[in-house]
Amino acid sequence: MLKEPSNIQIKGIREGLMVSFGDEDWDALTSALINQINERPTFYQSARIVLDAGSHILGVNELASFRDILSEHGITLWAVLSNSSTTEQTAQNLGLATRISKPKSKDVIEPVEGVSEEKALWIQHTLRSGTRIEFLGNVIVFGDVNPGAEIMAAGSVLVWGRLRGLVHAGANGNEEAVVGALEFSPMQLRIAGKIAVSPKKNSKGKLEIAKLKDGNLIAEPWKPG
Amino acid sequence: MTAKVATVTSGKGGVGKTTAVANIAVGLASLGQRVVCIDGDIGLRNLDVVLGLENRIVYDLVDVVEGRCRLRQAMIRDKRLPELYLIPAAQTRDKSAVSPSDMVRLCDELRQECDWILIDSPAGIERGFRNSIAAADQVLVMTNPEVSAVRDADRVIGILDAEEKGPALLVINRIKPAMVKRGDMLSVEDVLDLLAIQLVGIVPEDENVIVASNRGTPMAFDNKSKAGQAFHNIARRLMGEVIPFMDVENQGFFQRIFSGRK
Repeated sequence: MLKEPSNIQIKGIREGLMVSFGDEDWDALTSALINQINERPTFYQSARIVLDAGSHILGVNELASFRDILSEHGITLWAVLSNSSTTEQTAQNLGLATRISKPKSKDVIEPVEGVSEEKALWIQHTLRSGTRIEFLGNVIVFGDVNPGAEIMAAGSVLVWGRLRGLVHAGANGNEEAVVGALEFSPMQLRIAGKIAVSPKKNSKGKLEIAKLKDGNLIAEPWKPG
Repeated sequence: MTAKVATVTSGKGGVGKTTAVANIAVGLASLGQRVVCIDGDIGLRNLDVVLGLENRIVYDLVDVVEGRCRLRQAMIRDKRLPELYLIPAAQTRDKSAVSPSDMVRLCDELRQECDWILIDSPAGIERGFRNSIAAADQVLVMTNPEVSAVRDADRVIGILDAEEKGPALLVINRIKPAMVKRGDMLSVEDVLDLLAIQLVGIVPEDENVIVASNRGTPMAFDNKSKAGQAFHNIARRLMGEVIPFMDVENQGFFQRIFSGRK
């Protein structure tokens, strides 16, 4: 059955095509889109698509099969925009972008807004190479951060495990942000505008906390109290 | 019969995926299993060479997918083991000739015919890799004890988790005991420490693997070689047997690994 695709909007943007889905049933929307693609193959040929999924809550199966169907039509799905954090998480897990234009680096560092003391992203698995986490708040990882994994957080980052990847805390300019790990040996560490490379080679990291002190990035063993 | 589909993949190239598929297939087939190998490396095929079946190719994977032949016509029966078959890749096409859903359909049709379907994935994480894992029930991630191969394996394991194809099993290939002892090579323990997935095989470095590939006679036909034995052990572990890991480094350590894992 051919549904009237009134709930699908398509417009050209600098980065390719933006497909916006309404609130209709997900399967109906996808099959309507595929019908459109089949009707106008030249328009969609080797297109790069950004999906605005609106408020749809999508799991791995839905998003991965959507991506695979598109790729069979020679179309690349490279980004998914969503109001749902579940969908954003799924897209990030599949290696899709969740924001389409990177904000230009500004000379004036914005005041940190929207980072509340309580808000934290809780990640309950090891972050493997190629995973990128972006969050406007604090991030807690219950697992390891392997080399090749990246965490960009507006707030602080705590790793209950081995930190061997890249962490940028205070990514919006918050100089109060700290980074801590049970085994602290990050590939590279950034807090606000400062970058540091781990001096330790081949040594096992210890429980340490890194912060900015007088404009310098320092890491020191954790002392309770 | 309903076959189990197992894909061997690695991210990095040259770690021994094709050799592993050929040898594990020989291992399974000599246990009386009916095995079909599929070469997923369209455009750069070589599983046929390693198995010594290159000169028998008439139809290939792309011919099946595009309907130029029946599935049975593309299945080349091995000269030595009557229960071992190969579906070769096309050499004159590229990865886009096959889609993930083609692979799922093909494997579903094959499942009725055999016990095991072994898929040899190409290197990389693009289309060829996605084709190869689309139908997999079990993925074997292969790595060498070197940092770059382990890094790529970690990435692949992450993708497999995200695609809900995990948990993957780990095969560590080409270990040189002397180098590990000198501290110049990552040990099995180092690799497991980072990747943290279930180990299913440890294969020592063996020059004869190259000779065997050139001749088209996988090592697993030679019962005396350590590498061949290691692949037989992987085949038996896939069948659910519990077999201690071979001592390729030093005794005390392996007993520890084994007792720690089972």
